[in-house]
Amino acid sequence: MIALHEVSKVFNQGQPNECRALREVSLRLERGGITVFKGPSGSGKTTLLTLIGCLARPTAGRITLDGRLLSNLPERFLTEVRRHTFGFVFQQFNLIRGLTVLDNVMLPAYPLGKPHRELRDGARALLDRFGLGAKADSRVEWLSGGEAQRTALARALINDPAVLIADEPTANLDSALSREVLALLGELATQGRTVLISSHDPLVFEAVQVDRIIELHDGRMVGDSRC
Amino acid sequence: MLITPAIVALQLIALSVAGTVLLAAGFAWKILRHWNIHSGSELQLRLERRTYLISTLLGFALGAELLSLLLFAQTAESLSGQFVGAMCATGVLNVNPFGFPTLLLKIALFFLAALWLLLNRVDNRGYDYPLVRVKYGLLLALAPLALLEGAVQTRFFLGLEPEVITSCCGSLFSATGQGVAAELAGLPARPALVLFYAMSGLLLVMELAFRRWPQLGPLFAATNLLAFTVTIAGIVAFLSLYVYENPNHHCPFCLLKAGYDYVGYALYLPLFAATAAGMGAGIIAPFHRIVSLQATIPGEMRHLTGLALTGFGVFYGLATWLILRSNLILLG
Amino acid sequence: MLLLSQGLRREATLLLQDAPEVVVQKLIAGRHDPLPAAWLDTLRRIRGVSSARGRLWGYYYDPAIKANYTLMVAPERGLAADEIVVGAALARIRQIGVGDYLSLRAADGRPLSLHIVGVLDSASELLGADLLLLSETGFRQLFQLPPEVYTDAVLTVRNPREASTVAGKIALALPASRPILRAEILRTYDAVFHWREGMVFVALGSLLLAFLILAWDKAAGLSAEEKREIGILKAIGWETGDILRMKLWEGTLLSLTAFLVGYLLAWWQVFHGGARLFAPVLKGWAVLYPDFRLTPAVDLQQILVLLAVTVLPYIVATLIPGWRAAIIDPDAAMRG
Repeated sequence: MIALHEVSKVFNQGQPNECRALREVSLRLERGGITVFKGPSGSGKTTLLTLIGCLARPTAGRITLDGRLLSNLPERFLTEVRRHTFGFVFQQFNLIRGLTVLDNVMLPAYPLGKPHRELRDGARALLDRFGLGAKADSRVEWLSGGEAQRTALARALINDPAVLIADEPTANLDSALSREVLALLGELATQGRTVLISSHDPLVFEAVQVDRIIELHDGRMVGDSRC
Repeated sequence: MLITPAIVALQLIALSVAGTVLLAAGFAWKILRHWNIHSGSELQLRLERRTYLISTLLGFALGAELLSLLLFAQTAESLSGQFVGAMCATGVLNVNPFGFPTLLLKIALFFLAALWLLLNRVDNRGYDYPLVRVKYGLLLALAPLALLEGAVQTRFFLGLEPEVITSCCGSLFSATGQGVAAELAGLPARPALVLFYAMSGLLLVMELAFRRWPQLGPLFAATNLLAFTVTIAGIVAFLSLYVYENPNHHCPFCLLKAGYDYVGYALYLPLFAATAAGMGAGIIAPFHRIVSLQATIPGEMRHLTGLALTGFGVFYGLATWLILRSNLILLG
Repeated sequence: MLLLSQGLRREATLLLQDAPEVVVQKLIAGRHDPLPAAWLDTLRRIRGVSSARGRLWGYYYDPAIKANYTLMVAPERGLAADEIVVGAALARIRQIGVGDYLSLRAADGRPLSLHIVGVLDSASELLGADLLLLSETGFRQLFQLPPEVYTDAVLTVRNPREASTVAGKIALALPASRPILRAEILRTYDAVFHWREGMVFVALGSLLLAFLILAWDKAAGLSAEEKREIGILKAIGWETGDILRMKLWEGTLLSLTAFLVGYLLAWWQVFHGGARLFAPVLKGWAVLYPDFRLTPAVDLQQILVLLAVTVLPYIVATLIPGWRAAIIDPDAAMRG
């Protein structure tokens, strides 16, 4: 469903601090299952996820989603694709302080202009599903680490995306909470969503739910194994 | 020269419009030179992000130009007490040769900015920026106009000498005078009235034809521009007479006065909006063959033509009502 | 300030609506001098003049409240020699009313006691505020004025359009006279108010500039926190245009609210608070009148001007910083 063809990404092109984050990566990702991108920090796994998730455009190479060429779309249209196809969970949760849990979950849906009531009901349903129904109206600063990560997960799912991208989802959690998050991600994968995780945490790529591990080093793909 | 808050404000607007448009033109020039949609380079990304700034700047310029147009007419009106012979805006605009050009430039800029924003709106919905060159070419043409407007307006205000004895609408728009304004005023009422309503018929016919054959776009745009001119001429030639109930008062500005219930605003606003929408619809029509725009242009065209028709409808309806209501009888 | 000036202009126009078309004064050495009664006949004989009437008016300085009164003879009121009608503001300050006596010092030093028979209504107070109306006998007694002179003469003209022609004829017939046309007064008032207003406005320009720098600074100075938040919003599906719109809305809403609050405050301060701030500049540097209230009014042009100088520049100042904020890379949230 997602195909990368000789994709490269260069930062600060033409300047002394030029940095080649990805070098000619080619890859096909099928629908469903959990795929983990593994590698030390600086290996390019996060960059690769930003390219797949339409957060950035490759410097060279082609990316297609269901056969549609994405790599030369303007940002405006990339955003359009991103909104409907991808949900994101970030390393530091990236919740917006000062807003309630419910508002944070609803944020990605505002630009779509759905009726507010429908949106709120959807968000509440998601929060109930992750056991956060009681916390919906409290501010995000007051949440524990596990609750914050579940809020972030609910936010990623509000627009019902086909693909969930999680960047180091366990980096700020202890091993018990990490397992809890992995279990949730596994559940989503079995419901037919595609889950892409970047991680250098052995707990993640040794987990039973993982279907495929792709290894990166210095911007190149060095391993691809299915479990 | 006179210093009043309104003049200071108008100069401020002109300055900021010229500034923003110039800034936008500078970016436009870079975009025209370096644009390469197939490149994923950071330069291209920067250029694409600039497009947001440019459209925002132009949106601002459009709003400011509208405000400035209103304020300019108002100011000319309020200054009329200070010039011997001036009884309304016409007299003030006549104090020196820069008054009317300023007004015309403001109107032109308003329409051009509206067209640009429309092109931009359409372009933004094509995934490969299909109109980027057309759009920024037009912007480069718009910039000198904005500068010219600022300069002419400054000359106009600097040249406002209270000692000057000016001629007002009574003589400028009088049937016996010379020049375009006088010729408009001198149009006999019956043919002018016929022309005025014939124009509405032509508009309707063109609109139907345009819906059927989109390739008539440029012609439709021209018809709208023509309709704008004809209706303004109609206002000078006879509509104003009906409103003022005076067979010799042809002024298009006095309509904006409180004494006539501000009826001018109700006439001019739909007229301007309709003309902008109509011209826009006609001008985007030829682009409907571009692959990435095939989905958006027909809807946009229908929407705009509808808007134009509504605007002209409101204008003609109001004009007819004013004529019927009037106690003045021009035609036996 | 604009409100005050507009109020003053309106008052002046109101006042002059009823002013005579032509006023004739006698000049001696360029100064205003009483006009001999014989002139009135000369004036009446000029073609185009339908009537000529002598007027008596003047100023009286009252040391008790340190203000000038305007005194006028009002023959149409039919006042007796010791009767007087006073302006509303004057009645307020001296705390006197109908039935009381007002004592003035005549030019020969004797006190003149006048019986108040009426107080002028306050529809247009600027004009009537400090006015005293009295009889011709009372006036001549107070100022020790000989019976055959008047302060000036007012003419009515058959055809108002010929006022200037008539003025020319007057200057020819009576070389020591100065005819003044109503239209001319109106224009002068208008110009003076416009000009003063403009100067104050330009002076306020520096204030405006400071305000703009502040606005730019506020909009440009994105905190790290705010940058992070915008990055997150973009990553989770907001588009540059959405952020830009949000930022501009924020700016517009802020400046519009400020504008409305400011306008209402100013309106209140001018029409109810007496405009203590700017009054001296616009009314002239000396305090002409003891106290007055202006009739409140709202004017479209004024609102447009105020919008143009406050809201518009604010939006301009926040355009570029807003855009800068909006183009933060969407992947910033991941790279953070």
